[in-house]
Amino acid sequence: MTFRRKTAVATAALGLLTVAVTGCGAADMTRQASPYANAAGAKTVTLSVQSWVGARANEAVAQYLLEHELGYRVDTVQVDEIPAWDALSQGRVDAILEDWGHPDQEKRYVRDKKTVTDGGELGVTGHIGWWVPKYFADAHPDVLDWKNLNRYASQLRTAESGGKGQLLGGSPSYVTNDKALVKNLNLDYQVVFAGSEAAQITQIKQFAKDRKPFLTYWYEPQWLFNEVPMVEVKLPEHTDACAEKGAADPSTVDCAYPTTPLRKYLNAQFAQKGGKAAALLRNFRWSKADQNEVAQLMAEDRLSADEAAKRWVKRHPDVWKAWLP
Amino acid sequence: MSTATTAATATAPRRPRLSPAARRVLLVAAAMAAVAPFAAAHWGSGMWPGALTVHLDGPLGRVNDWIIDNRDSHWLFLYFFGHISNAVVGAVRAVYVVLLALGWAGVTAGASLLAWRLAGVRAAVTALASFAVCGLLGMWVPTMRTLALMVVAVAVSVAVGALLGLAAGLSDRTFRALRPVLDTMQALPAFAYLLPVVLVFGIGVAPAVLATVVYAAPPMARLTALGLRGTDKGVLEAVTSLGTTPRQRLLTARLPLARRELLLGVNQSIMMALSMAVIASVIGADGLGDRVYQALSTVDVGAALAAGVPIVLLAITLDRTTSGLGQEGHNRTRTRATAEWATAAAATAAAAWAAHGKTWPHGLTVHIESATNRAKDWLVDHLSHGIPGIGGTADWAAHYTGWVLDPLRTALQSTPWWAAPFVVAALAWAIGTWRTALTSAVSLALIGVLGRWEPAMDTLSQVLAAVAVTLVLGIAIAVAAARSRRVERVLRPVLDVFQTMPQFVYLIPVVALFGVGRAPAAAAAVVYALPAVVRIVSQGLRQADPAALESARSLGATGGQQLRQVQFPLARAELLLAVNQAVVLVLSVVIIGGLVGGGALGYEVVFGLAQGDLATGLTAGTAIACLGLMLDRVTQPTKAPAHKEDA
Repeated sequence: MTFRRKTAVATAALGLLTVAVTGCGAADMTRQASPYANAAGAKTVTLSVQSWVGARANEAVAQYLLEHELGYRVDTVQVDEIPAWDALSQGRVDAILEDWGHPDQEKRYVRDKKTVTDGGELGVTGHIGWWVPKYFADAHPDVLDWKNLNRYASQLRTAESGGKGQLLGGSPSYVTNDKALVKNLNLDYQVVFAGSEAAQITQIKQFAKDRKPFLTYWYEPQWLFNEVPMVEVKLPEHTDACAEKGAADPSTVDCAYPTTPLRKYLNAQFAQKGGKAAALLRNFRWSKADQNEVAQLMAEDRLSADEAAKRWVKRHPDVWKAWLP
Repeated sequence: MSTATTAATATAPRRPRLSPAARRVLLVAAAMAAVAPFAAAHWGSGMWPGALTVHLDGPLGRVNDWIIDNRDSHWLFLYFFGHISNAVVGAVRAVYVVLLALGWAGVTAGASLLAWRLAGVRAAVTALASFAVCGLLGMWVPTMRTLALMVVAVAVSVAVGALLGLAAGLSDRTFRALRPVLDTMQALPAFAYLLPVVLVFGIGVAPAVLATVVYAAPPMARLTALGLRGTDKGVLEAVTSLGTTPRQRLLTARLPLARRELLLGVNQSIMMALSMAVIASVIGADGLGDRVYQALSTVDVGAALAAGVPIVLLAITLDRTTSGLGQEGHNRTRTRATAEWATAAAATAAAAWAAHGKTWPHGLTVHIESATNRAKDWLVDHLSHGIPGIGGTADWAAHYTGWVLDPLRTALQSTPWWAAPFVVAALAWAIGTWRTALTSAVSLALIGVLGRWEPAMDTLSQVLAAVAVTLVLGIAIAVAAARSRRVERVLRPVLDVFQTMPQFVYLIPVVALFGVGRAPAAAAAVVYALPAVVRIVSQGLRQADPAALESARSLGATGGQQLRQVQFPLARAELLLAVNQAVVLVLSVVIIGGLVGGGALGYEVVFGLAQGDLATGLTAGTAIACLGLMLDRVTQPTKAPAHKEDA
């Protein structure tokens, strides 16, 4: 019995000690920096990397400049779009360099909680839509209107689409209304998710190689257009009323995707105290052609991110010199 | 029921007697026949009816929103979760800073010397080579991060596991309460653990460490409890008769006698922790796993390999060092041991000082990424299509998907919903107990109630097909290994290495060979589960009574006949165990296959994490847990009567 009592005493003491060590104060949940940040005297910037190659291009060039021009150490963590907002608000990452428009998150973190600040425009305008390959559109020009899509459903059938036409869906993390669109526009299609962008690109290339027709969720700017020319299918026009309706209930969307000027977002504290790094990321602004150049070097020529950034930086000093604080 | 059936068989001794298994199956069939017309009339015979599902999306979504909105202000976070998170982050940071301060030379020297002291010269050489390769591949910093995370996670896992194990080892009641929980946790795929911690802690290193602890502590607890309970009764009595107190008995007899189990527990915990620390990159764990994850999401096999190799080396080093624990050093004197430790510490400090605490020098790295990618492209060009006679990997993948997975999935999804739990119960009861039958049937039904029936059947079809392939290959290899010593000698190191590798690593080569989809997930699962199956089956076959084999041979049985009629029946218990292991291991990888296009439940977890839609992810995670529990229980044989029934 003495043994048991001693154990009890020891447990209680341990509990008290824990309280004493952690302090009775409150933990600051908005400063949950990565344990690896700023270790051993290095100045660290943590960037969230998204899976699509355009975002990787931004990140590669930003990393190259921060490391070689300003002497920072850059950590990259793969976080998907929406969790990245949460990580940004908690200080686990310092910046998102390419956001495709998340009104919910923007309201929650930028306007209500004020833990995230707007970092300005990236300079690239993004557009999401449904696309068919050019060879298919040339043969059947009327496929480019959504009203005629059902007539082509039988040609677009695959093993995974279960008797309906296949609409190739994007990576799970991307902004998408595809399921709602298919339902609300009464389309005889099944959204088939490839699972990742890389998987989708593999599929698209395979289709293009065999000259097979396909319909896919895709977006601009994207380097794949240089390899597989595609034409957009016109969906019902995007209106403000439709956007508002969609914001209230995403399952009611029945119009095209908007055209989004892509934006950067910074952690609020980093924006204030991040010094030159924060200034550089705020000034970071380039064109669609610049982004595609780096993206293609990485995705097609299989250069490492660092090498691709290095080549672009060598070729375009006029662009990035202006970003330096 | 037993009395009734024995009475029936007693009155009619001439009729061929039904085996107990067949009787149970008949009983379940009867129950199903009673329920089926009612269920079919009310809710049809398709997939699980919508009327019998519970939608948790709404409440779970609200919980998630509440947490995000109140995380900065509510006391629960400020005074409890926040401190846990900070403590974890602080600890990881402290270890990381120490590792950085030691520099590449210090860490490499320290690890090698530690391995030498704990497990001998060979382990030391392994450690030295491994760390050098990590540096050469340009992965020094990610390796240190993974190592820092591992050190903290393993320390906590071992402490928590040992405490739980101690409680269960000393008290029968705790043991009875804890055992089913620990058993269940071992059958669950790693992915199912990720979401609950993300719900509370968000994405980052702290939740990654906590998920790792939850995953890695059970084996330590299990083995500690088993070790303590297995103490020789005679020894205990002898010690008690000396008038020792319970604490003295624990410290001087039970713990030292359980030394082997304790050390095995530490080894198991470390291996599980590494496996999870890598998978946890999906929730922001950083380090090597994150590099693999980044590479997989762009199908960059070269980059994935560059990060995967250090993981494998780390696994081998940790395994060799900890499994060698306590095998050396017994015969050394205490002063000499102290002297050696001191030398090791001094050498580490000297190395750290000499290298000025630098990370691996940039000039000393080898980039294998582009070469690997070229090799991979060549392989894909030459192996994926049109190899005469056998086709190519892409053809295999297409055939496997089209001819095996699709029909199986259709069959499972068109099985009447009311029949499935009964089928599962019958299968479980045929080899197990009514408890396992009930648990598995209820788990399956719960998947339906959660509304995840369709994707669960998809996942199940992938698991069943991969398990079938695993068993066919595994048993074939095991037969070869059991017959020839040479094959076994060649196989053993290969199996050793394969068994220590984290699940994540298997995804890399299969994406290169089979592209993206359900086929690569299956291939990875087969390779992951194969070593365990081969090992268990070959052990079973070799244990077959030599006398029985001899008599079969003297009766003129051919090799095949011996195998079929003597060795396999005698190894029944091991075969069943192999099936159980194959099912559990395959499931865990098929789920991770969601990252490479495996779809179904694994994809839903990835989707939930990616969209911050934790309701979807948590529901899918729960369904995965239910599926794991169901599959484990269906294949779990009762231990005692297994041999007698057949003999």
